Amino acid sequence: MESISFNEEGSLMKLEYDVLKEDFSRAGEASSKIKKVLMQLGIDSKIIRRIAIATYEAEINVAIHSEGGKIFVLVKDDKIEVLIEDVGPGIENVNLAMTEGYSTATQQVREMGFGAGMGLPNMKRCSDEFYIASKVGEYTKVKLVMNL
Amino acid sequence: MNLKELLADDRFELLSGTTTDREILNTRCCDLLSWVMARGSQGTAWVTVQAHTNIVAVASLLEFACIIIPENINVEKDVLDKAHDEDVAIVSTPLDSYGIFQYFYEKGLR
Ligand SMILES: Nc1ncnc2c1ncn2[C@@H]1O[C@H](COP(=O)(O)OP(=O)(O)OP(=O)(O)O)[C@@H](O)[C@H]1O
Ligand SMILES: [Mg+2]
Repeated sequence: MESISFNEEGSLMKLEYDVLKEDFSRAGEASSKIKKVLMQLGIDSKIIRRIAIATYEAEINVAIHSEGGKIFVLVKDDKIEVLIEDVGPGIENVNLAMTEGYSTATQQVREMGFGAGMGLPNMKRCSDEFYIASKVGEYTKVKLVMNL
Repeated sequence: MNLKELLADDRFELLSGTTTDREILNTRCCDLLSWVMARGSQGTAWVTVQAHTNIVAVASLLEFACIIIPENINVEKDVLDKAHDEDVAIVSTPLDSYGIFQYFYEKGLR
């Protein structure tokens, strides 16, 4: 599996947010803050929309599937990079997890409308580059790149 | 059509006290949030029985026209407060999703 690098060199701005485990009432706040900052920077609204969808899905995944994590956003001249990393159970079979419809979500979160198994495919569809790395019992890291 | 026009029909009630000057461009009924994230578009009137705070985040991020909660399902105050803060319109109606779609169809939203 490729290792995920996050090079802060040449970045114009760095944002950082915590995502707590099972904090459903606040889930979505990081994405909403990221969206607001990008709007202030005057980034193209279509790109902001893709970033908003991808960061929201990532944020929810950290909240429902992991023990908690962080979202970092690097704004660069020519692209925006988002890194989501958590501590948690990790993903045993990443290819399977990337399949539309595959989900291990509990009945309880399914009742809230999560668990369609569309989050990771949505993130990939919204980004120009998508990387995922995971170690069972340790972590999941996802990196998204959106070209400006 | 405009959200104001929807609210002029007394079967639709605005719960969130938000602004109402927004265009409804299309409608979608779905209770799976990431499905909505994938398929929803700007100006969607989103019909869902999910009445928890996460619907506010979805509607706000995707710039939906409004959320319509069918069949008089109760929406808790914390959800409405968050909707108010994020300027997301939440509309309640006694109609079921079929009735809501019928309404939109008759209004020419096809
Ligand atoms: N951060 C993570 N930690 C551990 N497992 C994860 C993580 N993210 C995703 N997974 C695993 O990958 C599966 C697929 O994720 P995906 O986001 O596509 O769907 P979902 O979260 O189950 O449902 P949806 O996103 O549609 O609400 C999850 O059910 C889970 O098993
Ligand atoms: Mg998910």
